[in-house]
Amino acid sequence: MSTTTRVSGRAIGTPLDRIDGPQKVTGTAPYAYEHHVENPLYLYPLHSDVARGRVARIDASAAEALPGVVLVITHENAPRLADTSDKELAILQSDEVAFRGQYLGAVVAETFEIARHAAQIVEISYDEEPHDVALRADRDDLYTPDQVSGGFPTDTEEGDFDEAFSSAAVKLDETYATPMEHNNPMEPHTTVAVWEGGDLTLYESTQGPHPVRATVAPIFGLDPSRVRVVAPYVGGGFGSKGLPHANSILAALAARKVEGRPVKFALTRQQMFSCVGYRTPTIQRIRLGADEDGRLTAISHEVVEQTAKIKEFAEQTAIATRTMYATGSRRTTHRLAALDVPVPSWMRAPGECPGMYALEAAMDEIAIKCNLDPVEFRIRNEPEIDAETGLPYSSRNLVACLREGARRFGWEGRDPTPRARREGRWLVGTGVASATYPVGRLPGSRVRIRCEGDGRYAVEIGAADIGTGTWTALTQISADALDVGVEAIDLKIGDTNVPFASVEGGSSGITTWGSTIFEAARAFREQHGQDPSEGDEVEAGMPANPETENYAMHAFGAYFVEARVDADTGEVRVPRMTGVFAVGNIINPKTARSQFIGGMTMGLGMALHEESVVDERFGHVVNHDFAEYHIPTNADVGEIYIAWIEEEDPYVNPMGSKGIGEIGIVGSSAAVANAVYHASGIRVRDLPITPDKLVQ
Amino acid sequence: MKPYHYEQARDIPGAVAALAEQPNAKYLAGGTNLVDLMKLEIMTPDVLVDVRRLTSDRIEETEDGGVRIGAAVTNSDLAADRTIRSRYPVLSQALLSGASGQLRNLATTGGNLLQRTRCVYFYDTTTPCNKREPGSGCPAIEGHNKDHAILGASEHCVATHPSDMAVAMTALEAFVNVHGPDGERRIPIEDLHRLPGDEPERDTTLEHGELITAVDLPPLDLAYNSKYRKVRERASYAFALVSVAAALDVEDGVVRDVRLALGGVAHKPWRATKAEEALRGEPAGEENFRAAAEIELEDARPLRENAFKVPLARNVITRTLLELSEER
Repeated sequence: MSTTTRVSGRAIGTPLDRIDGPQKVTGTAPYAYEHHVENPLYLYPLHSDVARGRVARIDASAAEALPGVVLVITHENAPRLADTSDKELAILQSDEVAFRGQYLGAVVAETFEIARHAAQIVEISYDEEPHDVALRADRDDLYTPDQVSGGFPTDTEEGDFDEAFSSAAVKLDETYATPMEHNNPMEPHTTVAVWEGGDLTLYESTQGPHPVRATVAPIFGLDPSRVRVVAPYVGGGFGSKGLPHANSILAALAARKVEGRPVKFALTRQQMFSCVGYRTPTIQRIRLGADEDGRLTAISHEVVEQTAKIKEFAEQTAIATRTMYATGSRRTTHRLAALDVPVPSWMRAPGECPGMYALEAAMDEIAIKCNLDPVEFRIRNEPEIDAETGLPYSSRNLVACLREGARRFGWEGRDPTPRARREGRWLVGTGVASATYPVGRLPGSRVRIRCEGDGRYAVEIGAADIGTGTWTALTQISADALDVGVEAIDLKIGDTNVPFASVEGGSSGITTWGSTIFEAARAFREQHGQDPSEGDEVEAGMPANPETENYAMHAFGAYFVEARVDADTGEVRVPRMTGVFAVGNIINPKTARSQFIGGMTMGLGMALHEESVVDERFGHVVNHDFAEYHIPTNADVGEIYIAWIEEEDPYVNPMGSKGIGEIGIVGSSAAVANAVYHASGIRVRDLPITPDKLVQ
Repeated sequence: MKPYHYEQARDIPGAVAALAEQPNAKYLAGGTNLVDLMKLEIMTPDVLVDVRRLTSDRIEETEDGGVRIGAAVTNSDLAADRTIRSRYPVLSQALLSGASGQLRNLATTGGNLLQRTRCVYFYDTTTPCNKREPGSGCPAIEGHNKDHAILGASEHCVATHPSDMAVAMTALEAFVNVHGPDGERRIPIEDLHRLPGDEPERDTTLEHGELITAVDLPPLDLAYNSKYRKVRERASYAFALVSVAAALDVEDGVVRDVRLALGGVAHKPWRATKAEEALRGEPAGEENFRAAAEIELEDARPLRENAFKVPLARNVITRTLLELSEER
């Protein structure tokens, strides 16, 4: 069986430079906006200024009179969509307003500047209705979704939690909150839409060209073969480009009205805060019970979070808690408030990231109550099997990560007393956290391999590279799968003109696409042998992995952080972070290291900076730019030491690898928060930990 | 951005005349703030008169022993200037704590003084704002006001002034030279910016058409022992939660003289005169520094989200003065 064959490849595991590096640093790699199209027009959107109600009147006469304005499109003149079942995407189909910032139309003009100014002078009046955007845990209308994202059960119950908790020797009952956050990749969401005849081409900034096609085609009543999506280079996504959002529909609708001319639409930074998804805010009550020896007897993780009235998004915030530690009893629940807000969506490790923050902050607190070192406390609660599935782990090396991390970080001999170390004005502390992230695999991907002569092979799959290094990693995997050198591989990705690829999301890309490449290479050699002729080709689909029935598959990580808190001002600085990961084989140590560093940095931002502030009176995010929505700058990021342990996992996929796009962020924010507590003696349970919460 | 006319004037009087003729005209220098505001149509001038090449870009010592800074001197050049760094370190430090290298390379001395507030409601044309649209209301008073004023605010506006440079210049008692339709005048910097009162749309006391041509730093020996401390939510590229510009002269353990100004707390750089008065002639030390800070902050009227600024300002004043008294 292919999935249990270990590869002794020559390319996998080498720190190959990014093959797209020279193009990127010379500015010649075409991102969505930069594809050359003839005679383009530029779109600037019209957003709702109220959070709920109806559009009473749109006066676009002044805008239409501006020289250079070609079209003002609104619900009054927009083409009807064939499928309006997805209310996030069914824009401009009625006068209804469901959240502030909703697309109500657009101006299309000869230049971006004309379109932008024209949009400012379109007058829209509303019949406004009261709106409700306040997430609180004590709302009386919280509801239980049928399931949470990823198809997981909403609630789980294991043993008798109430009994175990009430009789526990040591108890913790605390509530942790994480704010709304916006993904904000460097490249904003961008679409260039071109209609030719009845065919639609989208040059798109997306994590999945084929998923965009699958979503967009029925909305416009098209056979998928008539929609092409092109995305060879993508400037980050962090999940916000995983599911198509309304911006793509808006561009395609507008282009439909100006047939023959391409329409370009790149969001401004401010517009990134309204219609392209965000991390839901969460309110998480954690109860932990332990016995005298520091063994967990009861774990409860109850989550309240928000969704939009127009479309349900139920983040799977408590799922990591179902597998992470051994315990005698366990309860996890998710409850949603449906609000007049934009639809939440994926943001790097949706579910695991905010959920793990709360669990790992609570683990720190109860370890202290148990008078145990937090590393030792975690090791003591290491499970034998995955409690969620009842299966053994294909590999689980969290303990090795904790021990190796502790050694490299210099954890040994740590005095647990908070606020006990001072260097000048700085209070110094250290913190630790663990994390897990599942080994994702998605169905449906296909790979075509073709011999191009001269010992060269074309390998084609519509996968996306969102800056993570897919171009490079899949080239390495292809080389090993075909047993040739990387220079013999001509990879083609990022286009629906090549075979279907699943979305780059859930850290599933390499497992999914790599497994499919191995399957296609095996089939290719079987059919065409070691010395194929030019033009020989095969296409193969994603193979099943029967081992998923036998093993629970997860990546693990341990995070160690030194935090410094200014005793006078509450400013927090993090001079060093250490992350040690158990993620199977690393495909490319160079790009992998960057992914881990990026993930840990994003966790640092989550811990200390990021917060989308909703003004409940207006219903929108008011700090909607990079001056006010803070992410770490270079000066905020100290030394980040990354290591991974040797881990042989014959079950996960032919590469023996686990996805690494998300595990880097998952435990990062809790480790920072725990270090801030150790430094300052102040336990902040609502992120981000900003100076106002620490100054005394 | 609303279309506008761009003009270059031949000289300063020409620029002043050009502006005087046109009520909705603005001067353009570095453009680092104005152009942003125009893109968002928060400011919609009909005419821009480019003054970048009209005013001096030099830093010169004056006969009285002070320094004259041309209005076109960039923030980068001013921060790096040898005389400024040795004689007025507070000013160099303040400049380097603001914005980014790219912005400082473009931003000018005159323009920096005229930066507009970063209040999120001022920056959002879909919400009311008395500064942007007089009479429309102030959502910040009951809204997101973490970054807002604790001193000198009004029922019409609680915005803060974003400049770091101006806080240092306030501590240094700088003078701002302007050329206007009625000729030239020299304004103590403390009288340049104003509190919001019932005219929050007016950031400064400048009349339409008045152009800043230079800033004079008077000679100030105690400025050799001065520093700028900016507290912000991240290590770089963020506006001040609270900042302190301080200069201190201690002899035989007694405060001979002190200058103290605060940023991030008011609609203008806040000269802490009450604290200064409380300190002159008193023994230098943590207790007195803290007591003086508390005297200054007695008038603080924090909002829902920014009560933390009171202890924060107290602590930063105390710490900064302590450091200055120990370093001397």
